[in-house]
Formats: sequence, structure tokens, C-alpha cells
Amino acid sequence: MSRTYRVPAISSASLALCLTLTTGCGTSGPADSASMQVWALEDAAVNEIVEQGIDAHNESQEVPAELVTFVNDAYKQRLQVALGSPNAPDVFFNWGGGNLAEYTSQNQVYDMTQDLDDNPEFRDAFLPSVLDVARIDGSYYGVPLLGVQPVVMYYNKPVLDSAGLEPPETYDDLLEAVETLKEQGTTPITLPGAQGWTQLMWFSYLVDRIGGPEVFQAIADQEEGSWNDPAVVQALEMCQELVELGAFGPNFSSIDYDNGSASALLATGESAMFLMGSWDLAQQMENNPEFVENDELGYTSFPVLEEGAGEPNAIVGNPSNFFSINETSTHTDAAVDFLVETMASDEYVDELIDAGQVPAVEGIEEELQQSDHAAFAAFTHQLVSQAPTFTQSWDQALPPAEAEAMLTNLQLVFLQDLTPEEFTQEMEQLR
Amino acid sequence: MSSSPTERPGFAWITPALLFFALFGLGPVVVVGYLSFTSWSGLGDPEWVGLANWSALPGDGQVRGGLAITLSLTVLCWVTQTPLALAFGVWAAGPQKSRAVVSAIFFLPLLLSTAAIALVWQALFEPHFGIPAQLEDWFGLTPSNVLGDPTWALYAIVFVLLWQFLPFHMLLYQAAARQVPHSLYEAAELDGASGFQRFLHITVPQLRHTVIASSVLILVGSMTYFETVLLLTAGGPGNATRILPLHMYEQGFVSFEMGYASAIAVLLVILGTGLSLLVVRVTGYSRMSSQREGL
Repeated sequence: MSRTYRVPAISSASLALCLTLTTGCGTSGPADSASMQVWALEDAAVNEIVEQGIDAHNESQEVPAELVTFVNDAYKQRLQVALGSPNAPDVFFNWGGGNLAEYTSQNQVYDMTQDLDDNPEFRDAFLPSVLDVARIDGSYYGVPLLGVQPVVMYYNKPVLDSAGLEPPETYDDLLEAVETLKEQGTTPITLPGAQGWTQLMWFSYLVDRIGGPEVFQAIADQEEGSWNDPAVVQALEMCQELVELGAFGPNFSSIDYDNGSASALLATGESAMFLMGSWDLAQQMENNPEFVENDELGYTSFPVLEEGAGEPNAIVGNPSNFFSINETSTHTDAAVDFLVETMASDEYVDELIDAGQVPAVEGIEEELQQSDHAAFAAFTHQLVSQAPTFTQSWDQALPPAEAEAMLTNLQLVFLQDLTPEEFTQEMEQLR
Repeated sequence: MSSSPTERPGFAWITPALLFFALFGLGPVVVVGYLSFTSWSGLGDPEWVGLANWSALPGDGQVRGGLAITLSLTVLCWVTQTPLALAFGVWAAGPQKSRAVVSAIFFLPLLLSTAAIALVWQALFEPHFGIPAQLEDWFGLTPSNVLGDPTWALYAIVFVLLWQFLPFHMLLYQAAARQVPHSLYEAAELDGASGFQRFLHITVPQLRHTVIASSVLILVGSMTYFETVLLLTAGGPGNATRILPLHMYEQGFVSFEMGYASAIAVLLVILGTGLSLLVVRVTGYSRMSSQREGL
């Protein structure tokens, strides 16, 4: 579920090629110590906004900042190798959670707790549930950089209407809708099962609804036996039940998100519902603009599980992406100044909203009302601000090796090649 | 003193190539060999762990599974590519103009990058918008789930690789077939050999070295068909197409277990080298004996 910035697969191929050729793409020389390097992912809209923040910063400060951007897949690898080397960035983009913890465990990240305490206004500007994703062992190691990206349930309004259905509020509604839609010959739910992270959305929401956020918290904390939690097994059983019911259609395992076919299936009405991150709106606007303009794209939160112990308002997704500071940077003060003066500033937040994002900042309902997709932005903001917990995508929150194994095993569960018990055993053994 | 014409060029001649090979071929292998005894996430310094990575290899189901899939892929690629490339290559070697035109079209995939080919085929295999959807419209077949089916996904990869690499091997056979002396065919014709007999008893034996060279390329190459698999199925569904090189990549650059990935890499180097040595040995290629004695 790393989509914000999930990777056109092609970049990984070119990277692989590059690695085979030279075992490392060669670096562009040592960083100029007179300036501060800010590393981020390539994203035309957002890079420009960060660039503006940097320009504003550079006007007033002695140490100028410089933005360097990378494509997604190459980035994690590049950063992994650069940190601790003379070519390391001063400020770097990251995903928070387990991803960030990899770097803090190697003492590569500057602890910002004191700076946040010194600037309470800045700290309190952010939604606490989002800021907490960069909190590791009680200390803050980063600040949100982009908008929130919860996973929501999209639906095709005309398709549900013609089947006489309302968007499902409870899980039982969902099961009923699946039956009705199947009788009509519509695929009830699109699931791009060629990629495990899309299946993870179902799995992690169900675990949260059944057992609450504590279940995954224990897993993330590497507690002994945490994968064996009954909520995990039950959620996997429910996933398999949905597959057996034909909720995802017969071909889900070939459908790919990155090539746009999953979003197209919803837009063309071949399927009725689609659980995906809030970034999918941008995908629909790009590829199926009429679908959005004609107000046929509906959205709601993940159904409530009546007998579940989890909070009905809890959400799952990518709380945000983060900027962190390199512990070994020679410009930590300048970097802190840059982040504090930019990341929650009115200009920066307004620009993000104009770019279609919902910043992880308090009190922006009014601004959101005036944005191009006000209804969706308001929905997202409300969803996030009312959520008691915002669980980070598990594949970002867990250490990379565990995340990778989890996604593969999850695919096997959806293919019915692995039982829920075997899944938990496999994951537990990995520890 | 001038060297005699039969003497081979001196050592100095191969120095540039040798240096290049040492730097980009042997050097990385040595480094990877060292890394396979360490634990390294890419952050900080590699930590020496002795044989831990190596002892974990046999117990890793994905290494065993990946090995089996890699071997099936290798065999399937050889079985499909060699006969077809031989047949098409010999056909294309004929002097007719029409054959030259058709061959030129056949060679087009050679011009495309692997990534482009893989992405195009991924789109074509897509059940709702690709070829299967068209087949459904035309023939009423149910849309098939090619890349999402654990059995069919591997065959789909073999097919795409065949489509991609057939022209290259055709080219080898075409060139080699044109080198076969005409006098052999004329002599066979006088003895009353049919067209098929001439193919079987003259063309194929004369192409022996080409068959071996092409086979080595296919066999060793299929140990490294990585991009196609990554882009078409990313090893999925589940583990169904997770070939060993892909497992290595994911261990190294997704899981950031560089040490363990290096151990898999060394295993692949050993397998690839062993395989090509075996082929060369078994076929007698290394003796470089002439196929045209007396001509």
C-alpha cells in the first residue's frame, strides 16, 4: 500500500539494469557542504510546492537548501546506501513507521522532540494521529510533508442504484450487496490482486474492525505470538470467504493497479465497489474524467463490523509522508528552521490543497471547501479527524523483510493456497 | 624478429578486455562473495556473520521453490526456442526475396527493450481489456486469467520470452545456415536425399556449433531472465513465478537483506557457470573440432 508514490514498475527494471551494469548507480559527487540537500520523490505537483518553500527559506537564510528528487523504487535503495556516507542528504523524505525505524535504529535520524516542544504551535498544527507515525520510542523523528491518504470504499453510483442498493454501511450490507450484484452479473468488488498490497487493505481493515488497533500494534512491536491473534485468523478467513463468494470476480489475481485497469473496471461499471487509497481519485480524474465529472464516483468509509471489537471510525492507510533530518548533517539547525517555518505554513498548506491533497493539518475545513474537489476533500478530512486511530499501511509499518513475506503469503491466502493458520505460522516463524 | 603468421597475438592484446572483465565481471563477484558472509541492510557497515546466510539457504522454501521454477523456465525456454529458431533460421537462410522480407518483420522484437515488451504483453494478457476480452467478444470464450493463474503464469512468461528471443536465435541459425557449403547439398542430392533428409543429415550436423552456442545462451540467459518476470507477474501469483534471480532481488532491494541476497547471487553464479561448463563439456564444443574436414 505504498501507493502515493507507488512505482511505475518500469523504474524498478531500469534500476535493476543500472545495478547490474555498475553495482550502484554512481553518485553525483559529494554534497556541497555550503548548501543543505533535501531529498524527495519525483512528483511534478508536489515538488513545485516544496521548491517554493525552499525558495522562501533561501531568501532569508544563510544556508541555502537544494531539492533533489528520485523515482520511487530507486529512492529507498539510494537512501539506504547514502545514509551514513558523505553523500547523505540533510533532509530526507520517508514513509514514517517501520521504514523510519530502520534508520533510527542505526542512529541516522535527528531527534526532533525538543524542537517540537520549543515550537508548540508548529507541533499542534498537525493532526496528532498523523504526527505519531513519525514517533518512535517516544521521540519524534519527522514532520508530515504531504496530505493524508486513508483507504476508502469507492463505488459506482449508477451501478449500485440500478441494483437497488445503498452503499454498504455494515459488513452484512456488504455481503448482501455482493449476492445481489453477482445475480446481476456485475463483479461486486474490484481487487487488483496481482499486487499483494491491495489485498492487504482488506486484511488490515478487517483485523482492525475485529480486534482493534492493538492487534497490529503488537505485531508491529514484534511481540511473541502476535501473528497468532484470533483476529488475524478470523480476518483471513473472512478474506477467503469473500473470494469463495466470488466477491472479487474470477480474475482478480491478474488485475494490476499500476496499469490503471482496476480503476477502469469501476469507472466502466464492470464492477461496483473498489477499496483503495484516497489517491485513486487523482487516477480516476486522469484516466476516466467523465466518470468523476458526471458525479458517478461515490465514496464511503470501510463497512462497520457489528460484532467486532474495533472502533467503527478507525481507519487504515498512509497517514502521510515525512521529512526527517539526518543525524550526521552539518546543518541540523538550518534544517529544523526550514521544516518549522515551511511545513505547516499557510502558503504551503494552501498549495497542497490546490494540488488536490488534504494536508495533515488541523482547522483547514474552510480552505478545503473552496478546493476543486471540495466534497471528497471534506470527506477525507472528516474521516481522518474523527478517526480514533489511523493505522499505517502494514507493509510500510513493518520491517521490509517481514512486510515482503507478509504480502507474498497474503497473496497465497487469497489464492486459497495457504490456510489462515499456515499464514500465521509462517509469519510467526519469521521472527 | 617478426612473429610467424600462425602465432596467436600476445597477452597485451587481451589486457583491455581482461581489465574490463575484471572490473565489471570478477570484481563484483568477489565483493558479493564477501557480502554473502555478512549481514548488511545497506545502512552502516556490513557485519560478519560467518556461514549464517549459507546455512539459511537450504531451509528457505523460496530458494528451493525458486530453483525449481528457474529450472522449469530454463528447460521450457530451451525446448521452445531451440527447435523453432532452428527451423525458422534455416528457412530464412534461403535465397528467396520473400523470405528476406518476412524475416525482417520477424526480427522486429529484437529492436524493443525488454521492459517495453513485458509491459505490452502484460496489457495484452489483462483479462478485461486485453486479448482475453476480445476473444470473449468474438468467440464467446470466458475471459481467461492467464497471469493470475499459478499454472498458466509461467507458460505466459515462457511465451513472452519466446516471442522476444526467437528472432535473435533465428539470426544466429540463419547466418550459420548460409555458411554450409553448397557442395554438400549437391552431393546429397545426387545420392537421392530428400529435402528433409538433407536438413537432418547435413544442415543440423553442420549447425552443431551454432546449436550449442545458442543453447548456452538460452540456458545461461534464462537464469537471469529477471526484468520480464518482475514486470509481468512480479513473481506472482503468490510464489508461482518467483524465479531465483527475482527472489535474490527482493531479498536484496526490497527486504534489504543484502548479505542473504549475496549468498543467493553466488549460488546463481555457481549454477550458471556449472551449467555452461556442462553443456560445453557434454557437447564437445570445447574441442573446437572442425565440421568440414576435407572441404
